[in-house]
Amino acid sequence: MTILDIPRAEPPLDGHTPDGDPATAWHRAKLHYKQVSPLNRRKFTIVVVGTGLAGSGAAAALGELGFNVVAYTFHDAARRAHSVAAQGGINAARGRKVDGDSLDRFVKDTVKGGDFRAREADVFRLAEESVRVIDHMDAIGAPFAREYGGQLRTRSFGGVQVSRTYYTRGQTGQQLQVAAARTLQRQVAAGTVELRTHREVLDLVVTDGRVRGVVARDLRTGAIEVQAAHAVVLATGGYGKAFFHSTLAHNSNVSAAWRAHRRGALFASPSYLQFHPTALPVSSQWQSKTTLMSESLRNDGRIWVPKKAGDDRPANDIPEEERDYYLERKYPAYGNLAPRDISSRAAREQIEAGHGVGPLKNSVYLDFRDAIQRLGKKIIEQRYGNLFEMYADCTGEDPYTVPMRIAPGAHFSMGGLWSDYDMQTSIEGLFVGGEAGWGYHGANRLGANSLLSACVDGMFTLPHTIPNYLAGHLNEPLLADDDPAVTQTVADATGRLEALLAVGGKTGSDRFHRELGEILYRGCGVARSKGGLAQAIDEIRDLRHRFWSDLRVPGTGRELNQELEKAGRVADYLELAELMCVDAYDRDESCGAHFRVDHQTRDGEALRDDRNWCFVSAWEHTPGPLGQPGMPVRHHEPLTFAAVPLQTRNYQ
Amino acid sequence: MRITLEVWRQPSAQAPGDFVTYVVDDATPEMSMPELLDRLNDQIVEAGGEPVAFESDCREGICGCCGITVDDRPHGPVANTPTCQQHLRNFSDGDVVRLEPFRSAAFPVVKDLVVDRSALDRVVRGGGFVSVDTGTAPDAEDRQITFRRAEKALDFAACIGCGACVAACPNGAAHLFSGALLTHFSTLPQGRPERSRRARGVVKAVEAEFGPCSTYGECVEVCPAGIPLAAVAAVNKEMMRAAWRRGSDD
Repeated sequence: MTILDIPRAEPPLDGHTPDGDPATAWHRAKLHYKQVSPLNRRKFTIVVVGTGLAGSGAAAALGELGFNVVAYTFHDAARRAHSVAAQGGINAARGRKVDGDSLDRFVKDTVKGGDFRAREADVFRLAEESVRVIDHMDAIGAPFAREYGGQLRTRSFGGVQVSRTYYTRGQTGQQLQVAAARTLQRQVAAGTVELRTHREVLDLVVTDGRVRGVVARDLRTGAIEVQAAHAVVLATGGYGKAFFHSTLAHNSNVSAAWRAHRRGALFASPSYLQFHPTALPVSSQWQSKTTLMSESLRNDGRIWVPKKAGDDRPANDIPEEERDYYLERKYPAYGNLAPRDISSRAAREQIEAGHGVGPLKNSVYLDFRDAIQRLGKKIIEQRYGNLFEMYADCTGEDPYTVPMRIAPGAHFSMGGLWSDYDMQTSIEGLFVGGEAGWGYHGANRLGANSLLSACVDGMFTLPHTIPNYLAGHLNEPLLADDDPAVTQTVADATGRLEALLAVGGKTGSDRFHRELGEILYRGCGVARSKGGLAQAIDEIRDLRHRFWSDLRVPGTGRELNQELEKAGRVADYLELAELMCVDAYDRDESCGAHFRVDHQTRDGEALRDDRNWCFVSAWEHTPGPLGQPGMPVRHHEPLTFAAVPLQTRNYQ
Repeated sequence: MRITLEVWRQPSAQAPGDFVTYVVDDATPEMSMPELLDRLNDQIVEAGGEPVAFESDCREGICGCCGITVDDRPHGPVANTPTCQQHLRNFSDGDVVRLEPFRSAAFPVVKDLVVDRSALDRVVRGGGFVSVDTGTAPDAEDRQITFRRAEKALDFAACIGCGACVAACPNGAAHLFSGALLTHFSTLPQGRPERSRRARGVVKAVEAEFGPCSTYGECVEVCPAGIPLAAVAAVNKEMMRAAWRRGSDD
């Protein structure tokens, strides 16, 4: 057995949530936040890492307020951040229709959808600010879908029974991201934000538990640069790419967040990783990712498998009575719009029981035949046209005539750097936004809440909480470049790069990454078991050992070196992966996307244990030799639910 | 599939470049162009060489990162399809495929297949945005936009900023890109208050770094977002309009 004892820290963490009713917490918090006067704002330097919706939004908003902002992205342009790919839509608790939606229902759906492992007050803030997000994004040019009468149009997503998702065809993420990146460019043009492209943040300068700057590498020249700051925002996205085959972009990574963790930031719920039920199945050895088909497709597509295991007739030859619409059968109230964790698990069950379809028998059908018959091809084209094209591009099949094939794929990380109600991590002055954080989604994120949380954090939360922090540090100078803390951090970061270049083995980092992904899918995937997790931990440690003895990174560190970039990221994934498994092993219950086979009801549903596990785990890093961190220490923050009482999730 | 690749190798912007020939023996029809390069690079790393630098990220045709010239055509043989969605099923076993960076004076080569497309961002900085501060927006429902208008704006807003239009243009013009930007905003009421100001700023930036448009239309054939040719016309139209409006912003 790998894990004998997981060290646990007391007392519980304080999330600094305002006392009292969570529904009014944000209102009260804003009233009590300290301010920085307009004339003093330009004296503060804020570094924002990442230019997705959270990063662009925060950098632009803070720039508009008059702070001196330096924004980093590893891309060649801010617009390319991976928020661009969240195409389905963005939720907002506007509750304008008469379908029973409201702010409270949004909170209820989100908390319940997340299986009661989110911070309730954060969800209220998310709901409250969601209204303004739509207004702002519309105002800066996102062409939201409109009704014929000119009003905003909505659709529904998994886990809810109302229609609260705003969208722009199948390009919502793209349109929001491009709009946000343009507002960022507006601030660059105005001189309030300095945008540094193709830079990767390698480390954080931390003194006395407080962040004082970042160390970054210019990816085109290899130059190492230091940027001192009064506050730093990490808006660096999620870590699903640890699974290699994931819906994430190729360069998405955990590095900046992981380096912050190594410097003392606690990492919350690393094992909460969502498997998206409508990803394209893996079909070939050199496949680089699992492309995501938007969940919005489940509005009109029906999911089914052949009733007979091993039936390999073409889909259209299987008669109606021999098809099993298993989601509609098992979850009649939600049907094909059952939440993601439930839909993913149900698909996995079907595939494992031999009902999988496609050449590798690793997928299920998502069929638009009935919708096309009912609505006509034109309407379907209008609703999902570009998604259908994307599917045809990827697979070479025409989804208008043959059902799509989909399978669960690693997707959104609900875990991330632990932060308090003000989005501040356990390192003072280090804030987190968007998917890099943890607060809203619990153990399962509802569809269309991801763009929303990134927007709310960047545009409407951090611009309040960061000034509140900075107000206590007025007239403090930036850390000098020759400060020992700076030189030491630079030395650490360069030492790590040199170590990667010096391994001198034979194998490229991609191969290790692919193998890590296989271990994670097997051991820490849609369903987890204690034994499987322990084995995965052993395998990860072994793989890490091989990585550090057999890695080959060609070239040098003083040039554009994509192999070096990848190696650094894979090294971090190899460490994070163990923490994911330790967290999943430790959390002796099932909740949301964390499904432990030893904790399920007789019907195979997740069995939560609120008596013992109604808290968020936040892990403290324990240093160790290169590539072999010590056993992490578990902290915990108890979760309380005042507005949405703890209850068993039931989507039947 | 056996694919012979002639790949442009150039160690840095200053260094001279040349084509180097490689063979990938175990390519498969499902592979996308970046996956073929992944396979090639795996092979090169195993053999102790230096892999080919190329950009790609989402690999879903959305981020606009990828973009190389395949057999003299930006993105590749399938029209209106980004590099990452060009699959080998459109090639034959034994084919010789030539890969090189997007060629344009405005896009200097950084290394191998990577080019610097920051000129596109400088066009955006010229005024390709709506000047509304965070939190100050009116209720989006107060602004009625017809279904058709929103759809039209979206047709132009779909641009992924890949730069293929520039690479395809014999003049190296960025009119499809900048016209899409201007039309997107001029179609929507929220873009109107600074329509003329935007046109002046954007066109000034375009003229500073890109060539003039000759309406050849090559750009439209390679555009992965299917931006209509009308975008090209819009650049002059918006500029003329701005000139008539003299010094006014809208």
